[in-house]
Amino acid sequence: MAWRDSRKNRSRLFLFTSSIILGIAALVAVYSFRDNLQRDINNQAKSLTGADLTIDSRKAISKPVMAMLDTLGDQRARQLDFASMLYFVKNEGSRLVQIKALEGNYPFYGEIETTPVSASKAIKNGRNALVDRTVMLQFKAKPGDSIRVGKISFAIAGYLDNAPGQTGFSATISPIVYIPLRYLSETGLVAFGSRIHYSYFYQFNQPEKIAPLLKKLRPTLDREGLDQETVESKKRDTGRSFQDLSRFLALAGFVALLLGCIGVGSAIHVYVNEKIAAISTLRCLGVKAWEAFFIFLIQISFIGLAGAVAGAALGTGIQFLLPLVLKDFLPVEFNMQVSWLAIFQGILTGVIISVLFALPSLLSVRKVSPLNAIRLSFEPEQAKKEPLKWLVYLLILLFVTGFSYLQMNSWTQALIFSLSIVAAIAIFYGLSLLLLGLVRKTLPAGLSYAWRQGFSNLYRPNNQTLMLIVSIGLSTALIATLYFVQGILISKVTLSTEKTQPNMALFDIQSSQNEAVAALTRQYHLPLMTQVPVITMRLEEINGKNAAELAKTDSLKAKPKGEENERRESSSRAFKSELRATYQDKLTSAETITSGKWTGRLRSPSDIIYVSLDERYADRINVKVGDKIQFNVQGMMIPTVVGSLRKIDWVKMQTNFRIVFPRGVLEEAPQFHVIMTRVPDNKVSADFQSQVVRNFPNVSVIDLGLIMQVLDELLGKISFVIRFMASFSMITGWIVLISAVRSSKNQRLREIVLLRTIGAKGRQILSITAIEYFFLGLFSAAAGMIIAIAGSWALAVYSFGSDFQLPVVPVLILFCSVTLIVVFTGMLSSINVLRRSPLEVLRKDS
Amino acid sequence: MENILNIKEVSKYYQSADTSLTILDKISFSIRKGSTVAITGPSGSGKTTLLGLCAGLDHASAGSVELNNVLLDQLTEDQRAEVRNRYVGFIFQNFQLLPTLTALENIMVPLELRGEKNIRPRALELLDKVGLSARADHYPVQLSGGEQQRISLARAFSNTPAILFADEPTGNLDGETSEKVIKLLFDLNKEAGTTLIIVTHDMDLASRADRIIRLKSGLIVGDEQKMYV
Repeated sequence: MAWRDSRKNRSRLFLFTSSIILGIAALVAVYSFRDNLQRDINNQAKSLTGADLTIDSRKAISKPVMAMLDTLGDQRARQLDFASMLYFVKNEGSRLVQIKALEGNYPFYGEIETTPVSASKAIKNGRNALVDRTVMLQFKAKPGDSIRVGKISFAIAGYLDNAPGQTGFSATISPIVYIPLRYLSETGLVAFGSRIHYSYFYQFNQPEKIAPLLKKLRPTLDREGLDQETVESKKRDTGRSFQDLSRFLALAGFVALLLGCIGVGSAIHVYVNEKIAAISTLRCLGVKAWEAFFIFLIQISFIGLAGAVAGAALGTGIQFLLPLVLKDFLPVEFNMQVSWLAIFQGILTGVIISVLFALPSLLSVRKVSPLNAIRLSFEPEQAKKEPLKWLVYLLILLFVTGFSYLQMNSWTQALIFSLSIVAAIAIFYGLSLLLLGLVRKTLPAGLSYAWRQGFSNLYRPNNQTLMLIVSIGLSTALIATLYFVQGILISKVTLSTEKTQPNMALFDIQSSQNEAVAALTRQYHLPLMTQVPVITMRLEEINGKNAAELAKTDSLKAKPKGEENERRESSSRAFKSELRATYQDKLTSAETITSGKWTGRLRSPSDIIYVSLDERYADRINVKVGDKIQFNVQGMMIPTVVGSLRKIDWVKMQTNFRIVFPRGVLEEAPQFHVIMTRVPDNKVSADFQSQVVRNFPNVSVIDLGLIMQVLDELLGKISFVIRFMASFSMITGWIVLISAVRSSKNQRLREIVLLRTIGAKGRQILSITAIEYFFLGLFSAAAGMIIAIAGSWALAVYSFGSDFQLPVVPVLILFCSVTLIVVFTGMLSSINVLRRSPLEVLRKDS
Repeated sequence: MENILNIKEVSKYYQSADTSLTILDKISFSIRKGSTVAITGPSGSGKTTLLGLCAGLDHASAGSVELNNVLLDQLTEDQRAEVRNRYVGFIFQNFQLLPTLTALENIMVPLELRGEKNIRPRALELLDKVGLSARADHYPVQLSGGEQQRISLARAFSNTPAILFADEPTGNLDGETSEKVIKLLFDLNKEAGTTLIIVTHDMDLASRADRIIRLKSGLIVGDEQKMYV
């Protein structure tokens, strides 16, 4: 019966389920991507690390520990990496790069990919270097050309195409140059203040020995502040970071699916209402209430299955696009295969969710009276109390929460996500009601008939107006918010490029070079905007407790969860990392004291040293004003008291420090200097950089123009990924609109034919139809924009700490585009209705 | 008296792949201004098709239809719509009110389509005539079947049509309500001097007309004119 009944409605029913196709497609694509990526990470983890075990340190390792490390593994290699200027001798170009000074046969697994292939071996045999391909192309360099790193030159052996664990994006941010470690000392770059990252690589013939070995070594490694990485930990960490990405993508897909399901639910509601006559006839013929219900349930299940299968097929195709979108972020070579598990998950989700959302309308089928078949009822059916509907709503909420839990692995987060979705839909629903109500009340009575009729059409029986405003509005809000947030981020960066702000930083300047570099800067007629000393130090004690004692105290307490736990971890990490502090007698324009009292100068050596901390840093290491901190400055212990906390405007392009000492304490400590200036154009920038690199090879230069370019690229790529996922919601909103227009076709056909019969011209009918969709588009765009503007304002003020300025022109463009798309879609879908003969419809009706 | 409707040799047939279905076969008749005519016949005899052709809702396959001295056959759909708006009123079995408009707004629609101003008093007057002044702001779903048909009557007379077509106007009403609606229809018609053409199965209703045209299988099989003394 279900099959026979669906015969004349199959295409229409399929249109309803087309709303879920994209949602399912997005999910299947993301699931397949996740499965494939996890498999590739597992298969290629060794190539990612290049070694069985890597020990990392941010400082030189003490001799006894180094002696112990030298006994590990069957093969060993080491690498020192740091930021430095690279100078191209031929064209005098220079750029800040990441120098990796390598010794040994690293990588033991995988390879350093070069062109020509032999180049990777060439750096072991002489003063040769491998230079990142993008940088080579930027400076039009070729293999065989000379580069200078510090005081000495290297011949370029070849293009560096890929280093172990390198992603396309990390190469853009920090291009790599490999040089042999044995020439490092000759470069003169390893001086005081150089921020060097030490890596020691080990290959084990019996990798199973690594875990017990590490267990034994851990106390020593922890004491020395060393990090370790194994193939397993790399697998875990890489998998985890991409799990977050795939969770985000899956949730974005799920939002599109939910939007589609709201559309399906609404369309089924209209469908069931139109089927009342047929249902009552069936009831007259002896079909039981539940049997009638099952006839439609079976129809919807099959149609849901068809939609889910179509979605899964589309998703399997789309999955091939995801690696293209994400290629710059992927650390492994991606091999795409069809994931049957992902397809099964997608289809199952599709069937369950389409049935769940159709159920509230389907349950009404049981209440259709056989009397409807013999007597036309003109009284509206009183909504009967239906406890089962509430059960279905509960099931929907449970399903959404359950699904979110599977993505997030946290019931709290899943519940927050689900309730946020419910709240977002409720807000949209309320806002739509408000907008409709406001316009209905304020619509001038003297408005022309077409305008009033067009607006009234939004209230036709079984209308889907609110559902459409919610789904189109929600997708508009997604797109608009994304655009606004991108604008906020870019404006923050742009702010720092104002003409009064520095756009070039010179760092790693030794005390002996400070005046000479300043003189060179002046010689180029460049302003010395900031000139600050930087002192490297470590945290030794907080309130009399060192790292080990603090860790012990923590372990005695119940282990805190979530964010608190992460904060504690960073608190213990705070002891490991090197800190860079400065001393100054006045606050800079970017700093404001938020608590305590600022002390700019130490009056007498016996006075207490009051330091000032960045408030966010203080919160992270869990200290407040009055707490005692002991710093280790190159072996000298300096006891201090937290005198004040500062709020720092990190947006301002200047040197900001988490820890600021008063003058009179650190002047004699080993230090290096930073100078900030502003270069007027690229030419001066290039000339000045070349001169700096030639005269002071150890000094590094950061060109803000380059950073801006990289940031712009990064933002562009991230927003493309998000837009890609948001487009699923947007297209779903559009399909829901088409489906809604189609599902109300019969009703609109009757209205149009009636108007034609009593003398309406085609132009008048077209105007009424256009005005109806104009209002629909207007409300959807308005609701979406209001939410997007409110959300972006909140993000700007509370998350990014900046002002939100409404981009008027883009808002208007987006607003008009959404409205026009709705009008165009509505008109296009109605056009065949306009062509129908009045008599044909009137005859059908009577 | 002058004719308001002249039907000459009108045929309507539908052509499918290899068969032709004739609905009306060379029908001719004329209707005088101000008269009341009932078109009756069994189901499938072509009554509604004939009404549609007379009212300019459809094109004839052959022959000509002249309504109030306007030859409909050569007109475009928009021109025919203008003719309907100017000269024709309709009453349907299913009332066919616009569900999104109130009772009063439904009555105003034909006048608004004409672009007339200050139409509210005229609509209120008609609403009063059909006895539904208190229901002016009610939507169709809030009205009973009889009330909806009375609104439909008021709408049909709102543009003071020269000719009124009623397709089974009591088909969906019970006996008592039917009687009231019929009385109202004939009273309003008499008052306005409109030509009334009713398509109906109901012989009681048909017998109230001045003339009864009987159709069978697309042909006129009877045309009875009441004789007044």
